[in-house]
Amino acid sequence: MQVDEQLDSDISIRIGGDAGQGVESSGAGFCKALARAGLHVFAAQDYRSRIRGGHNFYQIRAATRPVAAQRVPPDLLVALTAETLDVHLEQLPPGAGVIYEESLRLDERIRFRPDAAQIDAKGLRLMPVPLLKTAADHGSRVMANTAALGALAGVTDFPLERIMEVIRENFAAKGSEVVDANLAVAAAAHRVARERHADFPHPMPRGDGRARVLIRGNHAFALGALAAGCRFVSAYPMTPATSIIEYLASIAAEYGVVTKHAEDEIAAVCMAIGAAHVGARALTATSGGGFALMTEALGLAGITETPLVVVSVQRGGPSTGMPTRTEQSDLLFALHASQGEFPRIVIAPGNIEECFEAGARAFNLAERYQCPVIVLSDLLLASSLQTAEPETFGTDRVSIDRGALLAPGAPAGAAAAHRPASGADPAGPSPARNHPWEAGAYPRFAVTDTGISPRPLPGDPAAVFTATSDEHTEDGHITEEIHTRARMMRKRMRKEDTALRDDIRPPNRFGPGQASLTLVCWGSTTGAAREAAARLTAAGTPCAVLQFQDLWPFPADAAAAALDAAGLTIGIEQSYTGQLAKLIRMMTGRALDRQVLAYDGRPFSPEDMLTAVQRCLNGEIQVHVEPGEPPLPLATEVGVNV
Amino acid sequence: MSDITVKDFDSWVKPSWCPGCGDYGIFAALKHSLAELGVAPHEALVVSGIGCGSKLPDYMHVNGLMTIHGRPLAVATGAKLANHALTVLVVDGDGDAYGIGGNHFIHTARRNPDITHIVENNQIYALTKGQYSPTTPQGRVTTTSPEGVIERAVNPVAVAMAMGATFVARGFAGEPKHLAGLIEEGIRHPGYALIDVLQPCVVFNRVNTYAWYGERVYKLEEAGHDPYDRAAAQRVAAEWDDRIPIGVILREDGAPSYERQVPALNAGPLVERSLTDVADIGALLRRFM
Ligand SMILES: Cc1ncc(C[n+]2csc(CCOP(=O)(O)OP(=O)(O)O)c2C)c(N)n1
Ligand code: SF4
Ligand SMILES: [Mg+2]
Repeated sequence: MQVDEQLDSDISIRIGGDAGQGVESSGAGFCKALARAGLHVFAAQDYRSRIRGGHNFYQIRAATRPVAAQRVPPDLLVALTAETLDVHLEQLPPGAGVIYEESLRLDERIRFRPDAAQIDAKGLRLMPVPLLKTAADHGSRVMANTAALGALAGVTDFPLERIMEVIRENFAAKGSEVVDANLAVAAAAHRVARERHADFPHPMPRGDGRARVLIRGNHAFALGALAAGCRFVSAYPMTPATSIIEYLASIAAEYGVVTKHAEDEIAAVCMAIGAAHVGARALTATSGGGFALMTEALGLAGITETPLVVVSVQRGGPSTGMPTRTEQSDLLFALHASQGEFPRIVIAPGNIEECFEAGARAFNLAERYQCPVIVLSDLLLASSLQTAEPETFGTDRVSIDRGALLAPGAPAGAAAAHRPASGADPAGPSPARNHPWEAGAYPRFAVTDTGISPRPLPGDPAAVFTATSDEHTEDGHITEEIHTRARMMRKRMRKEDTALRDDIRPPNRFGPGQASLTLVCWGSTTGAAREAAARLTAAGTPCAVLQFQDLWPFPADAAAAALDAAGLTIGIEQSYTGQLAKLIRMMTGRALDRQVLAYDGRPFSPEDMLTAVQRCLNGEIQVHVEPGEPPLPLATEVGVNV
Repeated sequence: MSDITVKDFDSWVKPSWCPGCGDYGIFAALKHSLAELGVAPHEALVVSGIGCGSKLPDYMHVNGLMTIHGRPLAVATGAKLANHALTVLVVDGDGDAYGIGGNHFIHTARRNPDITHIVENNQIYALTKGQYSPTTPQGRVTTTSPEGVIERAVNPVAVAMAMGATFVARGFAGEPKHLAGLIEEGIRHPGYALIDVLQPCVVFNRVNTYAWYGERVYKLEEAGHDPYDRAAAQRVAAEWDDRIPIGVILREDGAPSYERQVPALNAGPLVERSLTDVADIGALLRRFM
């Protein structure tokens, strides 16, 4: 594959070791240093390989341009244990570097392997560094991971001072002795690495010196919610959503947020409904299993027209499934959860900036349409560390729109202005009892052209009202009267039409003006898809990406138009059944030409995607991605025939 | 004396309970106690579940929120946390509170939000026409227990006490005046207050009738019970069958409500805060740099 011309500005690193060796904290610390140096970073505890025993590893990609996916294979492996090499050896490309603890004698270990000759042919650069001894000499043996960071900086010629800065901050709470010892260890390991391995040919790209935010999707979402005035979150812990309530709880006292760890997800969603009903911008956060428990209450929010925001961070299903792996298999569930029919809005951020934006936008949509808004995120997006420009997250980027919310006292006028209601719904006759609120109750569910009723809050002397999960009259009293039922169904469902007209976004399109190939996706898959498309385009096959951010109400007209001009369409989804493709077909009558489906819980890399796309181009209609598939050679020019 | 009267709670919707249903007595007592305390219709939020008794807010001019079966306590807790200036009450059935919503019941009891919880306990699932509930006595024949209920009945007041509730009372729908007093005390109590109400269902519970209760109930305050005495409360809670105590069984003063212990609420109700009072998230953002 000759499409990747930018390797010198892009590096992929893995740090592997045993649980308890500080792999994740070193990795995250290194990322911070990279981000401060002005590099773009995408990093995560990796889910790609079958992890044995206590082995775990951290994968970091750093580049001089924005990156939104992992790149395989790694250019450099840092091995704190011998097992690290065994696990990752197969994926190391020719010429890759391996920094390792000297006493592990990995060179000898390789020599005694049956496949020693093949490994030798790869020309790996083995770079032993006495990490443990350096740590022991200058601090203590537990600081071997600090030594590894120093060595990593030395080998890649990354400024040591950046690492020192992070060490100072990260260990500050443990006192100056610990800080000084770690600094000494890092400096010594850096020195040894420079002395011995300065000739490693893949240095760290130079950043532009612009400090960026380094953040996970869940935190970006929480910040967006906070900026939009969300001050209430009730949740029950469930991976990978837990860090949302944990983060908001960590700043709750400082920023005045009510966070409630409820007794179960049913209570969590019901508390959020209660809070939203009385006027708070309320959130509940969960993953599929918890969302399943919330389904009945979702309908309660629907029929009582309560502005509820639910963020569901998907993980591998079904049931407990794969709690720490990523998947996109709850799309149709989110669209259809709960009995009966009611308006709902479903949006799915596709990158870190969109996570922040969704955190804010969800509340505006919920209040404008007085309905549940479901934000579908996924594990990869939620938990990967990514860089973003700080201004993306500015409070000034967030506007607050509370829709038809009435100020205290205003309802009196609004109720008077509302009658008569019959013109709003010419299809149905007025209910037998026209304006019961003349007797003092407020028409909270007044029938309007847009379906949106002016909304007072409980506590307003000018607007006493009831709301109920039963079908009801305009002033919220239980009824099964035939015309009222019909009018209320139409009134509520009309809100989806209004949303479609005023707020729902067409799919995002990225790529060349004329594309012969379009990758159709949603959620975190978008990052890898955009990179794969760019590489295909650079290699001579104009390839676009169509990303669906707003999934319900479905922007069917825009989708149909985009698909008709898309060339060969390939759906790329992390699910077995290809739920977005089904939705597109259901709503537009258009079938995607090809499908790439992955359900192994591993994040897509652009390389995986290129391989899968190549299989599609070779004639496969539906590609089920195989774990650990070797990359297919990609033709530089791809002839596309639909 | 306030100028709020029982009439202020009248709605154009008239109750559709069966003639003689115990819910009428509870309804009257509730309106009476709100008027007595001077709580205006717009100052209260009455949250209910699903069942015969849970229709109560529909018949009343008050902020009402009729939720789903078993969940009113959770909804009410969210509402109270978001606007603790509202007088929040939950009115639901024994199926709601002790069956499908049992988890919320035990956790709300120990959580102690300032919510008054009135359970219309008719020892039966009435709206669904006569299946046994968690408080139906052992051996009782119902449509889902043709051979008699096998399980032991829940003792709700004992459960609430065991969970650390700070106000536990029992009322009788046939004594609406006495009940109104209990509801008033429950509303005044600054924490979770359970008022389990013996409610005759004249259609599906032909055993526990007004007459049956009338022969058995006695008033704790007349019997000299000290609700601050936990041991005495335990003894009283265990009484049933021959003599059934009504009144305040247990109370504990001075325990702060849940919402009083939430730092974010020190400055006043959440809903009164400006949504833009976090003017700049820059300081938070810098922690990610
Ligand atoms: C989730 C759910 N399950 C079952 C029902 C059906 N249902 C409605 S009311 C009820 C029981 C009512 O009993 P209780 O709470 O004691 O109220 P009562 O009618 O006796 O006043 C049931 C099972 C429902 N509405 N929702
Ligand atoms: S069925 Fe029983 S509980 Fe329901 S309204 Fe009639 S008497 Fe009351
Ligand atoms: Mg009952």
